[in-house]
Amino acid sequence: MANLSTSIGALQMKNPVMTASGTFGYGIEFEDVVDLTAIGGIIVKGTTFLPRQGNDYPRMAETPSGMLNCVGLQNKGVQYFCETIYPKIRKIDTQMIVNVSGSSPEDYARCAECIDALEDIHAIELNISCPNVHDGGMAFGVTTEGASSVVRAVRKAYGKTLIVKLSPNVTDIVSIAKAVEAEGADSVSLINTLMGTAIDIEKRKRMLSIGTGGLSGPCVKPVALRMVYQVAKAVNIPVIGLGGIASATDAIEFIMAGASAIEIGTANFLDPAISAKVAQGINDWLDAHNIASVRDIIGVAE
Amino acid sequence: MALKKHIIDLQVVSVEALGERFVLLKCTDPNAPLPPMMPGQFAQLRVDGSKETFLRRPISINFVDAKQNQIWFLVQLVGAGSRALGRLKEGDTLNALLPLGNGFSMPVSAEKKHLLVGGGVGTAPLLYLGAQMNLMGMRPTFLLGARTKDMLLQMEDFQRVGDVYVTTEDGSAGEKGFVTQHSILFKQHFDRISVCGPSPMMKAVAKFARANSVPCEVSLENMMACGLGACLCCVEKTVKGNVCVCTEGPVFDINELTWE
Ligand SMILES: Cc1cc2nc3c(=O)[nH]c(=O)nc-3n(C[C@H](O)[C@H](O)[C@H](O)COP(=O)(O)OP(=O)(O)OC[C@H]3O[C@@H](n4cnc5c(N)ncnc54)[C@H](O)[C@@H]3O)c2cc1C
Ligand SMILES: Cc1cc2nc3c(=O)[nH]c(=O)nc-3n(C[C@H](O)[C@H](O)[C@H](O)COP(=O)(O)O)c2cc1C
Ligand code: FES
Repeated sequence: MANLSTSIGALQMKNPVMTASGTFGYGIEFEDVVDLTAIGGIIVKGTTFLPRQGNDYPRMAETPSGMLNCVGLQNKGVQYFCETIYPKIRKIDTQMIVNVSGSSPEDYARCAECIDALEDIHAIELNISCPNVHDGGMAFGVTTEGASSVVRAVRKAYGKTLIVKLSPNVTDIVSIAKAVEAEGADSVSLINTLMGTAIDIEKRKRMLSIGTGGLSGPCVKPVALRMVYQVAKAVNIPVIGLGGIASATDAIEFIMAGASAIEIGTANFLDPAISAKVAQGINDWLDAHNIASVRDIIGVAE
Repeated sequence: MALKKHIIDLQVVSVEALGERFVLLKCTDPNAPLPPMMPGQFAQLRVDGSKETFLRRPISINFVDAKQNQIWFLVQLVGAGSRALGRLKEGDTLNALLPLGNGFSMPVSAEKKHLLVGGGVGTAPLLYLGAQMNLMGMRPTFLLGARTKDMLLQMEDFQRVGDVYVTTEDGSAGEKGFVTQHSILFKQHFDRISVCGPSPMMKAVAKFARANSVPCEVSLENMMACGLGACLCCVEKTVKGNVCVCTEGPVFDINELTWE
């Protein structure tokens, strides 16, 4: 049995496998089919200060080895989260992390402040990279100034582990990562979805209600892996890697690229038990190679 | 209480082509009794061996044969995923996530007259619904619509379970026209209507039900990714705002929907 424990700033995790925001609900939706305690961390649905209805249907289109979505941050707001969801998930024996979105730096900060008060939540992931909302989200994530302004506001309001989730829809992701590191982020996670579209040729119409959506799934993995490698080389804070991970091999690639932990998103839809299997698979690979700890392979890829 | 969900490697027992456009898959769990499932619930079937498809496909529970430990799926061959399901062979493995969603409301008393209306492949969940009503001592009335006679599916099974009335668009079987034009609707009173089929048909039946003050439930087929209420892709606008069809539905009371 290899040592799978890893840490993201002050956040201790029993293993490096997390589930990605927006793909695993609040965790409890999956409890019948996967042992939630076998997962290192669960990043719950994108949460905003005020409730949001999200975009109209259709919100998804299937693509080769992936999918596009334009959910648009539908959620009942942070107050509902704190009052109704938190009591149900706080005692689950894994790290429960809240993904926070907003439409202005103040909006992000107010939401983060509410979550700071929750005793059993030790980290938030700031989504400055959602491609599916018009007012904000990605607008912040695509410039160093925008990203810095959000992280600066949230850092003042939030004292625990602050993870900032980066958009791949930029020319230079390294400069954004460095900018949020300079503002006091404890970690960066990448990547969020890549902006794309799909067309129904019979209807001569784009398939998503708002025209475009975020691409995810195995098809984005090479792009994500390259970005994780570049960012991990450039920053001194821990990096969380994601984008298309669907097996232990994929996960180990991201870890070797420099990720201290990984997230699994779209693959949960194919196999809702995949996260526990990947954690087990990483262990088995380490054992087979006589490697004592997962920390020994972080960033070893040349 | 929600029924416990399972991921099961089902084994295909038989694959029967029903005409050129439909396939009836009968599957079993070789290792354990199938879990409890309610009529109107569905399964997310994993499609292997198709290069074009990636996500699971939502398919209704067509019938559960408890004695033989079998679950049936009626699949219309429309695209790459359903065609791959249609190519399965006896003995193949079919990975299923089930049972998902909420089923149809069951009648409270055996005296009530229940009408089950189906169109096209939407007849699929009604067979299991009717069979469960039989267990409660009820014999439901079915009103089934199809374009032509050879697109009416599983007719012997339906006749075993209830009284069957039929419409076809070309008049090749039953009354000619759409289900909402069938004379039975004007001759008999029904206490409740359950509908599954193409959305124009469900909307027409919902209109009839509303006009006649008959409680009515419809089963929606929004596109799905997870089937578990996690991705929020399958939403339908309701009086309560956007809700997930996979968890709050697929069966809805028409008064919850914002249909005109
Ligand atoms: C709760 C639920 C229960 C269902 N039960 C059954 C059933 O018992 N039998 C059955 O044959 N089908 C059923 N469907 C529809 C079935 O899921 C789709 O036909 C199937 O996913 C299409 O996959 P494909 O790869 O063959 O087609 P694709 O190539 O994905 O698409 C082909 C065509 O089908 C349409 N389509 C795709 N997904 C859906 C969908 N979810 N609903 C409706 N149309 C869709 C597309 O718009 C396209 O025009 C159900 C759907 C839901 C949501
Ligand atoms: C349906 C869906 C909803 C998502 N919602 C969110 C969200 O609310 N917040 C967020 O930061 N990322 C969201 N994402 C992005 C994922 O967390 C992840 O970054 C992306 O899908 C890439 O990983 P994957 O290829 O493993 O899915 C969503 C992705 C999908 C597919
Ligand atoms: S299909 Fe994912 S929430 Fe319904």
